[in-house]
Amino acid sequence: MPEGTRAAPAAGAPSAAAALLEVRGLNAWYGESHVLHGVDFEVRGGEVVTLLGRNGAGKTTTLKSIMGIVPRRAGAIVFEGRDTIALSSNRIARLGIAYCPEERGIFASLNVEENLLLPPQVRPGGLTVEQIFELFPNLRERLRSQGTKLSGGEQQMLAIGRILRTGARLLLLDEPTEGLAPVIVQQIGRTIQRLKAEGFTILLVEQNFRFASTVADRHYVMEHGRVVDMIPNAELGASMAKLHDYLGV
Amino acid sequence: MTEILGVPTQALFGQLLIGLINGSFYAMLSLGLAVIFGLLNIINFTHGAQYMMGAFAAWFLLNKAGIGYWWSLLIAPLAVGLTGVVVERTMLARLYKLDHLYGLLLTFGLALVIQGVFRNEFGASGLPYRIPEELTGGYNLGFMFLPKYRAWVIVASVVVCLATWYVIERTKLGAYLRAATENPALVQSFGVNVPRMITLTYGFGVGLAALAGVMAAPIYQVNPLMGADLIIVVFAVVVIGGMGSIMGSIVTGFLLGIVEGLTKVFYPEASNTVIFVIMVIVLILRPAGLFGRER
Repeated sequence: MPEGTRAAPAAGAPSAAAALLEVRGLNAWYGESHVLHGVDFEVRGGEVVTLLGRNGAGKTTTLKSIMGIVPRRAGAIVFEGRDTIALSSNRIARLGIAYCPEERGIFASLNVEENLLLPPQVRPGGLTVEQIFELFPNLRERLRSQGTKLSGGEQQMLAIGRILRTGARLLLLDEPTEGLAPVIVQQIGRTIQRLKAEGFTILLVEQNFRFASTVADRHYVMEHGRVVDMIPNAELGASMAKLHDYLGV
Repeated sequence: MTEILGVPTQALFGQLLIGLINGSFYAMLSLGLAVIFGLLNIINFTHGAQYMMGAFAAWFLLNKAGIGYWWSLLIAPLAVGLTGVVVERTMLARLYKLDHLYGLLLTFGLALVIQGVFRNEFGASGLPYRIPEELTGGYNLGFMFLPKYRAWVIVASVVVCLATWYVIERTKLGAYLRAATENPALVQSFGVNVPRMITLTYGFGVGLAALAGVMAAPIYQVNPLMGADLIIVVFAVVVIGGMGSIMGSIVTGFLLGIVEGLTKVFYPEASNTVIFVIMVIVLILRPAGLFGRER
């Protein structure tokens, strides 16, 4: 999007130094199974941070815990100085956190426009629908289509687009590039870079660290429900051997 | 006297009218059931008892408080809907994570309790409820006599059904409802208070049953078992229309009322079973119902 049309960062935009989100000793359970065993990390305002790790390391569960979707969780999740561990997910969303699930969560009984306009605005300063169409022109063409009739890439754009309207400042994106064609992956990458320039803070779950390295400032590596390492993006090249070991690639 | 297929027109149109009246109630009741099933995943067996409570609420308002039919149309659904809200908050809310069977058992048990209490108080014979003055009399259409009250019931129920359909399928509130029917956790993570929406939806569905009860009071007698007799047929309507389909339950409700009425004319022996025969056929050919989507 051209320079002139960029939305001004929301009032009280994050200062670079303060942690916008702090996760300390996070534990989470699905029924009887204990999935997270004390996750620690932080995301500063305006950063793009990824969680890397193998399948089952607890990346998605970490995002769902931050969003309040995992019912049984313990520890501390501090967003803008407020501990959200005991809040229900609708109240967490109202603080300005939005979540784009791995399976995209497009609603079949809603058309594209209804899907796009579904999430309520929680804060001022979100993108306008027009700005979202500039990011994802395909959506404009297909407003009347049933949400799930879109291609995988378009559904992913819709899933990201609909949370940009809400004014949420922290976006949790779960594998936005999974199963998409390279050209779409590039488009998503450019989108994330633009959102960063707009002042959004993004926590990204990725399997594809090559993609992650093109958008992120820092990477946390997860194993067995814990964060085991942090690699600044600048050191990613030097840490390749270590990373291969972690991810088993 | 004119005849169609050997049947006097007077009898034919008379039964058609009765079919339409029954269809009006089938449609309103199955619509409430469909809305509740869609969002709560609970088969609300208390629905018939709540319909009966609506009729009794109208009777109470008239005989104990002197409040007439028109205000009852508003007050009775609100009052009975409120009891629904209490039931949802205190009981149903604990069952969502369990098997369907528990919701079915609870609502079925509740229906028996409520009907038992009313029967204990009022006996099994009906209480009369008079037609409001504005709607007494009727129109002579030449080929048949159309009582004003019956015409009102048909028109009112069509309007209520279409308004409900419009809200669910064409408004923002309806979009929340449809989305929450598919994936409540995700809708809640957008900042929507889904538990409250579920409570209000149950209250609305129950209120719709009570509204049907008020409208039924002057036609059928106000009787503790009036809902129990009706609800079995209504469940067949829901199954034929397709569980959770809004338009399906409306259209099927009216259609089956008419089919039932016509059966009374042409083959009276089958009039009590025709809906169930149709249900069996539909279940064999289209298990998801005429308007249902396979999940």
